[in-house]
Amino acid sequence: MNSDRSRRDFLVGATAAAAGMLAACSPAARERFFRRHFQELTPSEIDARMRRLKEDYDRQLGRPTTVSARAALPNTVYGYALDLSRCIGCRTCVYACVKENNQSRDPQIHWIRVLEMKKEKGIDFEGANPYYDPATVPDPDHFYLPVACQQCRNPPCVSVCPVGATWQEPDGIVAIDYDWCIGCRCCMAACPYGARHFNWGEPSLPAKEANTNMHVLGNRPRPRGVVEKCTFCVQRVREGRYPACVEACPVGARKFGNLLDRESEISKILREKRVFVLKAELKTEPKFYYFYSL
Amino acid sequence: MEPGDRSEEPAVSLSQSKALVPLLLLFGLGVLGILATLLDGHSFVPPEGAAANRAYGPADFPEVFDKDDALTGLEEARAAGLAIPVPGPPLTEGLYPCSACHADMPTNPVRRVVDAHGDIVLHHDEENRWCLDCHDAKNRDRLRLASGALIEFTESYKLCGQCHGTQYRDWKSGIHGKRTGYWNGAKRYLLCVHCHSPHSPAFKAMKPLPPPLRPQYLADQGGSHEQ
Repeated sequence: MNSDRSRRDFLVGATAAAAGMLAACSPAARERFFRRHFQELTPSEIDARMRRLKEDYDRQLGRPTTVSARAALPNTVYGYALDLSRCIGCRTCVYACVKENNQSRDPQIHWIRVLEMKKEKGIDFEGANPYYDPATVPDPDHFYLPVACQQCRNPPCVSVCPVGATWQEPDGIVAIDYDWCIGCRCCMAACPYGARHFNWGEPSLPAKEANTNMHVLGNRPRPRGVVEKCTFCVQRVREGRYPACVEACPVGARKFGNLLDRESEISKILREKRVFVLKAELKTEPKFYYFYSL
Repeated sequence: MEPGDRSEEPAVSLSQSKALVPLLLLFGLGVLGILATLLDGHSFVPPEGAAANRAYGPADFPEVFDKDDALTGLEEARAAGLAIPVPGPPLTEGLYPCSACHADMPTNPVRRVVDAHGDIVLHHDEENRWCLDCHDAKNRDRLRLASGALIEFTESYKLCGQCHGTQYRDWKSGIHGKRTGYWNGAKRYLLCVHCHSPHSPAFKAMKPLPPPLRPQYLADQGGSHEQ
């Protein structure tokens, strides 16, 4: 009897103490502790979370930021096409992407990887060289194949995620909830395109270089220990703008638009050019197409 | 080993070593062959401390990334009511209108290499073409189509499209050339001559931005895997 009562007393006391400590925490800390999956949040909860994220980033970067949770536009599925006849391998897109999407500078993370391939071998991933650094590009014996997230219609990364931290949005963008990712990197093993990148170290982003126009599922600064990848610049495209790489490309090799709009550039390319996708045999069904205009 | 055994060693090893020579040669060749196969087609890792081992960022290239002109000219082009919203052509400062000089100069219609504009070297089917195939002899401030029709410099795409029909068609539908602005709204087109010099249209080779860091040079953040 005595021992039972003392155990009950202990449990009651411990619960009360825990509740007291939680009550004493700031609302932000409480929210972080009882965090729920992004897709389960009600609109008002999303607003509250965006406010807290904004406060965090304002403090972290020392200047006003905007953190949007803008949802997918109706009747929109994004598609991308890249003209391999035009790409010269200059890597301007790589660094424009880093600037737009607040990737860690050091340790370095690039969402776009440009592969140099021998013309005589065709598309050969095994023989591809991402570290090419000649005095000038294009090299007459090579062509260049930039690879980022292929935004698959049947994404293996989403199937394998054990916690549902990555999913496909209604506009086709494969998104990641950085607050829900546990860093197991199963998605990286599942991705046949090497498009996902892990924050092994604490990401470094100089405050003055940060892009303050952020989306919660896109370019907001990531914590250590989560996976990130190309989102078609979700923060830009849901405002109607082109992705940063499209606007940075000096040769106009990158094309973007709404697959559901028959008059969009991407739809015209699918109709008028012979396009292909990478590793089509895997049935991932990318929405990132490659074509040769020449 | 017994000391007595040594006396026989040189004789034995001498005869054996003669037999070993071709074997050793074969072995050496094999090793070289394997090394050559391993190194074939793979560039060497840059030495420690080489520039290629630095983590470059966009801030290292302000000349490329500090300008943000994706939306400039968008509204102006729309307001100007052009058939295709293009910013003005990149005319050389101080040279246009051409008539400022050419109005007082006699026209020599004989096809020849002209060196009056010293910086212009025609490298655009120069065997068959010259200045007055595109520039109008009488009105120097206009361009001239094959039909004889005169067009403004702002519509130079019509001139280019006479020969480059597939590119013209692709450009009009947004497949050829660069578009900036809004994928679902106002787009800024560029004229052919914004990217291709009309007198030497082939793209010039350029220095690529630095390659990604090889994994062994990624910053050591002192995490749990620190050695």
